[in-house]
Amino acid sequence: MDFVSDLFVNLGRVWTDFLSMYLAPWLVRLINWLIVSTILLVIGLVTVLFLVWLERKIVARIQDRPGPNRVGPFGLLQTVADAVKLLTKEDITPAGADRIVYNLAPALATFSALMLMAVLPWGPRLIAADLNIGVLYLVALGSVATMAILMAGWSSNNKYALLGGFRVVAQLLSYEIPMILAMASVVLLAGSMSTQAIVEAQSPLPYVVFTPLAFLIYLLASLAEVGRVPFDLLEAESELITGYNIEYSGMKFAFFFLAEFINTFIVSIIAVTLFLGGWRGPLVDRFPVLGVFYLGIKVFVLLFAMSWFRGTLPRFRIDQMQMFAWKVLVPVALVNLLIVAVAVKLPGGLWAQAAFALAGNVITLLVTLGLLGRAARRFAERRGERLPVTT
Amino acid sequence: MLPLIFIAIAAMTLVGAIGVVTARNLFHAALFLVLSFFGVAGIFITLEAEFLGVAQVLIYVGAISILIIFAIMLSRGIARTAGSVLNAQWAVVAIGAMLLFALLVVLLLQINWPVVQAAAPPDAIAELGRAFVDEYVIPFEVASVLLVVALIGAIIIARERES
Repeated sequence: MDFVSDLFVNLGRVWTDFLSMYLAPWLVRLINWLIVSTILLVIGLVTVLFLVWLERKIVARIQDRPGPNRVGPFGLLQTVADAVKLLTKEDITPAGADRIVYNLAPALATFSALMLMAVLPWGPRLIAADLNIGVLYLVALGSVATMAILMAGWSSNNKYALLGGFRVVAQLLSYEIPMILAMASVVLLAGSMSTQAIVEAQSPLPYVVFTPLAFLIYLLASLAEVGRVPFDLLEAESELITGYNIEYSGMKFAFFFLAEFINTFIVSIIAVTLFLGGWRGPLVDRFPVLGVFYLGIKVFVLLFAMSWFRGTLPRFRIDQMQMFAWKVLVPVALVNLLIVAVAVKLPGGLWAQAAFALAGNVITLLVTLGLLGRAARRFAERRGERLPVTT
Repeated sequence: MLPLIFIAIAAMTLVGAIGVVTARNLFHAALFLVLSFFGVAGIFITLEAEFLGVAQVLIYVGAISILIIFAIMLSRGIARTAGSVLNAQWAVVAIGAMLLFALLVVLLLQINWPVVQAAAPPDAIAELGRAFVDEYVIPFEVASVLLVVALIGAIIIARERES
């Protein structure tokens, strides 16, 4: 029972002890790294299989239809069938495309998505690489993804792909700033950039209680970074004919698709780690293996919410998206950072700081919504229509 | 082990740098530049300056390379490969470059570089943060003001003329 209570860490220790009897220490470390990388890769890819099915089912139910239910029980193998279909498609390279860059772009996009998995804490001592700059590492790899998409748009030798690529870069760069500011307020609260330290510092209260506004900003900004609804102008089938991945067919298209879903999964895990307490939950200090389970539940709730957005929200235009990022999210994120910075230095103890930060956040949110409402009313009046009166 | 890793990363950086100046296609040159940025980030990490390494990736690869690529894409005629990468004065420049190389080699071998034997502090990034607001607060604030001025200048230059 004691072994099972910290199952994964104990398994790792037993395996390392077994290997150390026969091999040199550096070889044991190398083999362990390879095994951990493979496990993380497999987790990422298998979760994407499940995630695609989940999203299709949820969106289908919102639209009052059954969703995939033919291939396998409840349609669970539908994604496998899709993957086989994409594998057997003809692999076209457009004439005049830059071959090396064209083939490198999907690989780079998936690379930057998968590398993010290295600093995520899955349990109390269960993390692949506990960098003390974990949060900065996450942000840096997000910016590599921007590069990959720009390469894809350019090398397709297609002006629509290029336009789509420009728009993608504009969107991703604009939404990086509120995302970093929201993460910075969490780093201020925790006093460390290491993801494991951030989870451990959320001891009585998760940080969503301190700064619900930062959680909201992070969620919206990361939705835009990943390219999900309502910010999915980048790959909208009906506009700009899917933008940067129009010239990609078969497995290369599948790579972009894969990169998007892996990013969605990882961004949910990051949001849970930074704001919702990560692997924290009741009885986790006595049975650390429950940490993975709690993380899974919280991540599932967030993924469900994202699929919910996809089924119900229309998408933004590019200028509305940019306006939202620069005129709304950046000022609100800055004000939030200021409030958190003041709250951290308050003398009253944890609960006083939490109360101050929460009050500041609520006031900021109400002021922002009021200003947005007034701006919307002025815009509607200028256009000659009146907004419906809510009773 | 460490010298081997250093040689590998330095080779990657140098291949990237050579690719930048000899590539015929300007976009490929920008991508080689990105490769050499990654190499420099790797060298920072072997020197146990992880913050600098990750900041290098974030700033150079994530922002500056994209700026360079935008500038390349928005200029005309880059699809045409330049006729030859050398111009008429290549002999004089080659002699100058070799002299510079000889000078640098002599300098690097002659000087007694002071080497710190201690390991990097485990809390390096906290030390960095403390230094920013303690000893080096004035350069920090001046750099921030400079960035704000640059931002406002960029907005004014790129603003649509109200006619």
